[in-house]
Amino acid sequence: MFRSVFGTAIGRFLFGTFILLAIVSATVYFIVTPLLSGGCINDLAQCLTQSGWDAGAAEFLTIVLGVMGVATFPLLVTILLIWVERKFAARIQDRVGPNRVGPFGLIQPLADVVKLLGKEDLTPAGADKLVFNTAPVVMVMSVLLIWAVVPFTPYHVGVDLEIGALYFVAVASIGTLSVIMASWASNNKYALLGAFRVVAQLISYEIPLAMALLIPVMLAGSMSMVGIVEAQAGMWFMFVSPIAAFMFFISSQAETGRAPFDLIEAESELVAGFNIEYSGMKFAMFFAGEFMHVFTNGVLMAIMFTGGWWGPFAYEAPLLAVFYLLGKAFFWYLLSLLMRNALPRVRIDQLMAINWKFLVPISIVNLLMTALLLRLIQEGGLSPENASSFVDNIPQTLILLAGNVVLFGIVMTLLRGRARGERMTDMVVREDVELAPATGD
Amino acid sequence: MDVINEWAYIGVFFLLAPVLPALPILIGSLLSPSKPNAIKQATYECGVETVGDTWVQFKVQYYIYGLIFLIFDVEMVFLFPWAVAYNQLDFFAFGAGFLFIFLLTDALIYAWRKDALEWT
Repeated sequence: MFRSVFGTAIGRFLFGTFILLAIVSATVYFIVTPLLSGGCINDLAQCLTQSGWDAGAAEFLTIVLGVMGVATFPLLVTILLIWVERKFAARIQDRVGPNRVGPFGLIQPLADVVKLLGKEDLTPAGADKLVFNTAPVVMVMSVLLIWAVVPFTPYHVGVDLEIGALYFVAVASIGTLSVIMASWASNNKYALLGAFRVVAQLISYEIPLAMALLIPVMLAGSMSMVGIVEAQAGMWFMFVSPIAAFMFFISSQAETGRAPFDLIEAESELVAGFNIEYSGMKFAMFFAGEFMHVFTNGVLMAIMFTGGWWGPFAYEAPLLAVFYLLGKAFFWYLLSLLMRNALPRVRIDQLMAINWKFLVPISIVNLLMTALLLRLIQEGGLSPENASSFVDNIPQTLILLAGNVVLFGIVMTLLRGRARGERMTDMVVREDVELAPATGD
Repeated sequence: MDVINEWAYIGVFFLLAPVLPALPILIGSLLSPSKPNAIKQATYECGVETVGDTWVQFKVQYYIYGLIFLIFDVEMVFLFPWAVAYNQLDFFAFGAGFLFIFLLTDALIYAWRKDALEWT
């Protein structure tokens, strides 16, 4: 049994993933959560006021410490994720990946950081220096800010904003700003061309992203991240509205600018896109931002659609809750890596067509359908009496799921018809071409 | 935590979040060599000298996408409160939300028919 598990690549992979997850969640639990509201940081504030501190100053100090804890964690995880990503890509491409520095090459990212620290920091002559230097900082910041509202356990959350979902939509779009800042300031034609495309892509894919986000908000009746997680006690929203989950996943992948949507970098056409003039640590910051963004998207998928920290004994043992959250996030992260490595890049006109002619119309129809069905369920008295019970949720889930399946079927039939039509016209044209010389004779 | 404290947290986050990425950049600039010269600092264009200014007017296509995005994004902000209060809405508010989404769809169909969504 033992040998057979470790004898296979998938067994070793799952075991390694499990160990990594356990280590990371233990770190979060013992280092980050004490610094969050609900942790022992509250006692610190009390203790400081009792020993003569000004109440405001004590409060401020606790907030600063909490922010440091929450903001450092994603940056540290990124270092680990670089290794995971490189190993994963290597496996798919039948390579070994980094294996020289440290056990299994685990120290490789640190070696990379040291290398990058020693690289000369170039600023092109024509650049707008201030904007050029702020852009990478803004990139990382836009992702870090999302972590302020992530609930780690039932008791620990950075801050439970009442408008958490809206805050996420607002903060995530700062990333677009950083891209246009970087390219415009570096005064390079490749960079600017790349940025035009990228900005068109990023702003376009924000629409289905926010539209998909409306559905968990509607189902939970709350915009707060904590509220959305708690509303999934009976049923994960992924099963209630799989189309919304799918759209959120696809458009968040596009928001990170990775394959198959990596027109940001289109190496063969734009050399590197918007970050062409960057070197050294500033260049690294763009990539740190990207890696972090992918994992953050995984965490958001976990919170919005797969129940966040919910799992057996989450209330009794908060350590398990952290483990569940990061485990689900890691699942979505790996799915995103698989998508990145297995799918070819789409063309720019296809990219825009996928968004405006496929995702946006479906997201509108899906929103209308979910709204209508929810109202019918309420009028029919089928809405769950006790939202946290699995059995009470079944009628509502089944009706909405059936709606989703029907919508999926209709969309696929339409797509099939359209694709067939395009193939037909293509064939007619080709026949004409072949026949032309024959008639000429 | 009360509302003021919640937003104080976000405020502190906004102030501290740039510090974390700025620190490695600062350390990097202290540790790395810095010997700039004219060729090194020239704008990179695969070896060809760059001609003219980069900061020029560009294709109108991008503005059209920007405009469509703006319409949708603003309408989305109005839809969030509707979605949150969905369970308590009366029939009139429910219908108003639907009308709103229909207008949104109408705008999309109009843009589609005008070929604003074709990448040229």
